[in-house]
Amino acid sequence: MDKPLNNRAWLLVAPVLLFVLFSALLPMMTVVNYSVQDQMGENHFFWNGDAWFRDLLNPATEVGARFAGALVRNLAFSVTALLIEVPLGIAVALCLPRKGWTVGATLVVIALPMLIPWNVVGTIWQIFARQDIGLFGAALTGLGLHYNDTQDPVSAWCTIVIIDVWHWTPLVVLLSYAGLRAIPDAFYQAARIDGAGRWAVFINIELPKLHKVLVIAILLRFMQTFMIYTEPFVVTGGGPGNATTFLSIDLVKIALGQVDLGNAASMSLIYNLITITLSWIFFTIMTQLDRRREE
Amino acid sequence: MARITLDGIAHSYNPGSTSEADFALKRLDHVWEQGRAYALLGPSGCGKTTLLNIISGLVVPSSGRLLFDDRDVTHLPTEQRNIAQVFQFPVVYDTMTVAQNLAFPLKNRGVARGAIDARVAEIAAMLGLTPELHRRARSLTADAKQKISLGRGLVRSDVAAVLFDEPLTVIDPALKWELRSKLKAIHRALDLLMVYVTHDQVEALTFADEVVVMKDGRVLQIATPAELFEQPEHTFVGYFIGSPGMNLVEAQVDGHLARVADQTIELGRRYAAPAPGSSVRLGFRPDYASLVPAGGIPVRVRRIEDLGRRRLARVALGENDIFATIPHGVSIEREEAGLLIEQDRLFVYVDEQRVAGQAR
Repeated sequence: MDKPLNNRAWLLVAPVLLFVLFSALLPMMTVVNYSVQDQMGENHFFWNGDAWFRDLLNPATEVGARFAGALVRNLAFSVTALLIEVPLGIAVALCLPRKGWTVGATLVVIALPMLIPWNVVGTIWQIFARQDIGLFGAALTGLGLHYNDTQDPVSAWCTIVIIDVWHWTPLVVLLSYAGLRAIPDAFYQAARIDGAGRWAVFINIELPKLHKVLVIAILLRFMQTFMIYTEPFVVTGGGPGNATTFLSIDLVKIALGQVDLGNAASMSLIYNLITITLSWIFFTIMTQLDRRREE
Repeated sequence: MARITLDGIAHSYNPGSTSEADFALKRLDHVWEQGRAYALLGPSGCGKTTLLNIISGLVVPSSGRLLFDDRDVTHLPTEQRNIAQVFQFPVVYDTMTVAQNLAFPLKNRGVARGAIDARVAEIAAMLGLTPELHRRARSLTADAKQKISLGRGLVRSDVAAVLFDEPLTVIDPALKWELRSKLKAIHRALDLLMVYVTHDQVEALTFADEVVVMKDGRVLQIATPAELFEQPEHTFVGYFIGSPGMNLVEAQVDGHLARVADQTIELGRRYAAPAPGSSVRLGFRPDYASLVPAGGIPVRVRRIEDLGRRRLARVALGENDIFATIPHGVSIEREEAGLLIEQDRLFVYVDEQRVAGQAR
């Protein structure tokens, strides 16, 4: 196709480029700057090459071991959260009413957790999970279960996962519900006429039609769970030990607790790179699967 | 395989309403015979889809009974009625191949594997889907997808009826002809009762053994395509079917004479005087009215359209616009001409309904 070339088009793009420059690129360049320098005393910086990166990526060093541990915990957390939230979200969406006044009411109730700010969610659960006065913690203890979110690693992990499920499954529900509503009635009528059972309708009609919204849901949920910070920070503080110390928690500890700017900068760059790469791989795999099915 | 009996079926979407205007489908008694093809024809909102949904079980009628043979199915859900339906827009199962799509209704009913394969091959061959059988359904064009929908509707041999809800809407015009004649051929081969909803008269007339013409929830006439053309019972049928439709002119009828715009026209039959205040119109098709240079009823020529195979004239009789055919070999040179109407093709309509009259 012959499209007219007009360089004045750059003028129209310029404001966006400028905005991105100041909002993302320039702040990030300061991080890049820290990642290749070391600091001596007051504001005296000198060139350090790729030493911070080599330390970080070598599990034998102290910072490398911390990084590897946090990365594994992060991945495990994301996978666990996705495995629970996506099927649960679809299941809830399938049970929602399709018409009548109950639609609005149910959607609002379901969306409520999403409207609560992260640290408020953390605070709510911090109290909710207490064994003495928290409904959740006290109930579990009353049932004779060994539950202690600040001392027992398993309890702490379960608590963080449950918080995330409680907070963000509604997103998957809303996306799936929108996807389900977009399926024309004729498909359900045809399935009834063809004598298809409930499961066959789900596998052959609903799930394929949900494919596109699920790509969005999985991507969003992956990115958000991979960047989890506030919930463990408020509820467990990364403990007990380092059981819930995820990458972002450790990053803040290194940068603001220990003021190891070089370590922190190289870590945040690698962290960012991993998030982008994994999201890209997810997206490519899912769209490729889509294309392959079409052939 | 069954006979479908509509016993006083009527439907209103406002439950409990008794006002005539609220009824999307007015009371209807009729029997549809096994092995025949019926078309429900009418403009949008005439109640044809409501009637189809009542038969398929998506709508339960406000009153009346629906019988498949002698079984009352009025309140049975769709899946227990043993019918097949093809929708306006293609419905295919994306995850399956074309063959799996066609086999799906049979598989769900526990038909043996060998029987399924044979039937799928037969239907695919009829619809010209054989080369695509092992491709994924979702990668096909809208045309091919609608063929799959048609195939799924036709694949079960034991259905009481196959219902089509404007199935050719998404089909490319060039393919419409082909698919329509294919459907007709399939109907002959499969010996099923088929009901076809459409607003396209050509589709209805080519597909159906009998056409049900509907308007505003009322059935105006149920007849063969030829009868609808030759003897429309209602002015709407005359006007809606045929291109151009029937000529309808205001007239005063007295015995075997009609007066239209100061002209007297002789009728083939004798009619009783209509009740005062009722609307009386003469109806005749352009095909049975010919325009000649002199003689007949004097009219003024407005326009002549040469359609190749036939020439059509638009003439004025007083205030009335009339279409007439110009016979072969006749040339109309002047503005004044004469109109000849075949007497036994000239009907009298009182309040839109045809009145039979008595032999003279």
